[in-house]
Amino acid sequence: MLEAHDITVRLARSEILQGVSVTAEPGQLTAICGPNGSGKTTLLRAMTGDLPYTGRVTLNGHDIALLQPWELAAMRGVLPQASALAFPFTVLEVVEIGLSRGRAAGQSRAALQALARVDLAHHAARPYQSLSGGEQQRAQLARVLAQVGAPSEAGAPRWLFLDEPVSALDIAHQLEVMQIARDFADAGGGVVAVMHDLNLTAMFADHIALLSRGQVLAAGRVTEVMTSDTLSRAYGCQLRVGAAPPPGTPFLLPHAARLAAE
Amino acid sequence: MVALTDPAALDAPAPPDRLARARRLTLWLALLLVAVALTSLTVGATGVQLIDVARSLVSGEELTRMERVVLLDIRLPRLVMGLAVGAALAVSGAVMQGLFRNPLADPGIVGVSAGAGLGAILAIVLGSLLPPALLGIAGAHLVPLAAFLGGWISTLLLYRVATRRGQTSVATMLLAGIALAALSGAVSGVLVYLADDTQLRDLTFWGLGSLAGASWTKLAAALPILLIAMAGAMLLGRALNALALGEATAAHIGIPVQRMKRLAILCVAAATGAAVAVSGGIGFIGIVVPHLLRLASGPDHRALLPNAALLGASLLVGADMISRSVVAPAELPIGIVTAVLGAPVFLWILLRQRGAVDL
Repeated sequence: MLEAHDITVRLARSEILQGVSVTAEPGQLTAICGPNGSGKTTLLRAMTGDLPYTGRVTLNGHDIALLQPWELAAMRGVLPQASALAFPFTVLEVVEIGLSRGRAAGQSRAALQALARVDLAHHAARPYQSLSGGEQQRAQLARVLAQVGAPSEAGAPRWLFLDEPVSALDIAHQLEVMQIARDFADAGGGVVAVMHDLNLTAMFADHIALLSRGQVLAAGRVTEVMTSDTLSRAYGCQLRVGAAPPPGTPFLLPHAARLAAE
Repeated sequence: MVALTDPAALDAPAPPDRLARARRLTLWLALLLVAVALTSLTVGATGVQLIDVARSLVSGEELTRMERVVLLDIRLPRLVMGLAVGAALAVSGAVMQGLFRNPLADPGIVGVSAGAGLGAILAIVLGSLLPPALLGIAGAHLVPLAAFLGGWISTLLLYRVATRRGQTSVATMLLAGIALAALSGAVSGVLVYLADDTQLRDLTFWGLGSLAGASWTKLAAALPILLIAMAGAMLLGRALNALALGEATAAHIGIPVQRMKRLAILCVAAATGAAVAVSGGIGFIGIVVPHLLRLASGPDHRALLPNAALLGASLLVGADMISRSVVAPAELPIGIVTAVLGAPVFLWILLRQRGAVDL
């Protein structure tokens, strides 16, 4: 269980978040949505301990402010929006950096498996810096997966915090990455993801916390939050949530297409 | 799961293991170090040959007084100092580059050596003004200690100025280094006016960098600091690897980032400070050595740091042999030799980096 209670973040004297409270359950994919500047990433970064905040964040019952970095790292992995790398490490070496015990037996294997999971095993020996932006994002996801390991162990769920995990990806890899997150949750882990794409969110998430101007506008199950009225209010434009597109409008919902085929 | 993963990919041959290669390299570098060290003992202005000495020792003959003085009091301390200073400079360079996340960072280039030099000069010129009791306690350690403090303050200043939210601006770092070096130079200039003749001779020696002043007394003061600083640096391997991904990610991986940064800064300051205190401003070792090693076996700091110590030691002792033999029986200041060897490498890195790095 992840509980963020009454989180306030001030950056450069302005309040980015004002008393935000959200919870996320293990076994579920919780999406943080909202317009630009609504505080999505700030909330995620507060919950991963990257930003000073007032309030209280507990992960599996532990106040994260009281945990050592390595204790937190054993419980959760964090995928940032973008990662610059300083030295010419290979893709595999980047993934191995996330592994805690250097290179005990099987560690390299775990790293390779994580790379295979994100469809990058064939690039393992390449310099990370030579990958495209989207490939780098997937390599970082592999690093996070290798660090976290099993979605839950001895009844304690592990957590993934993903900051716009699909923003740089093509449509096939968007689906693949979201499916990885979905599988992690289905296996008992917890996933918290900052999402821009509302259609992908609707397809993969269980819960949504919808932010607007540093506050929670709505939170709950996807069907409860994703209503025309709520979304229109959050994003400040006319939005219509429908179960089917208007006749004659081309549309693309690949996940829905797959579900229909099954 | 979406079936994009090729199951055969897992069975493909594992990519080359650069860490294992780097560990093998460690062995070769250790052999190189032994070879260079032995050669260095045989090179010198006098005709004393290591092989003769070894023969005398084996056959039980007494060493001549000349042989003993040349080997034990001149060449040996100089060799030990060369090894320790070379290792310390190379390790400092590797740690700074990891800390600043940039292969161009080097204690000499960004003004840490200048700060350490200023500390040393202050100690030489103003040390006699200290109360005799305090001077008695500090003794031979005063100059290394002052150099360490100077290096430490400059590193802290530099890090404050050049790093914002875990990101280091290369331009700011280099410019701050220039400012620090200029400031140290100005204060040193003032001190030169205050200095008497003996002090002046000591000061001139800082500017050029040399191992000629090596003695067991100096070693006794500097060697413990150098060894402790390098031992501390060896603990930083995994942290520096993680820092390559940025401070936030390093913390996510479980690295106590602030603690590791403090340790890194302390090690760089201590190693550079003690090295500058005994041998003056010897440049470029810290930039050339880690760069060559990264080309040979990758950037993994767990192997890079020990390998840098070994190669740095060999390189400086090798440069010292050149400095002693090119214009024998006089000698070239070693700082000149390392600059001639190192500056082109620095420019080469700059050229390769242009475009890749946001200067």
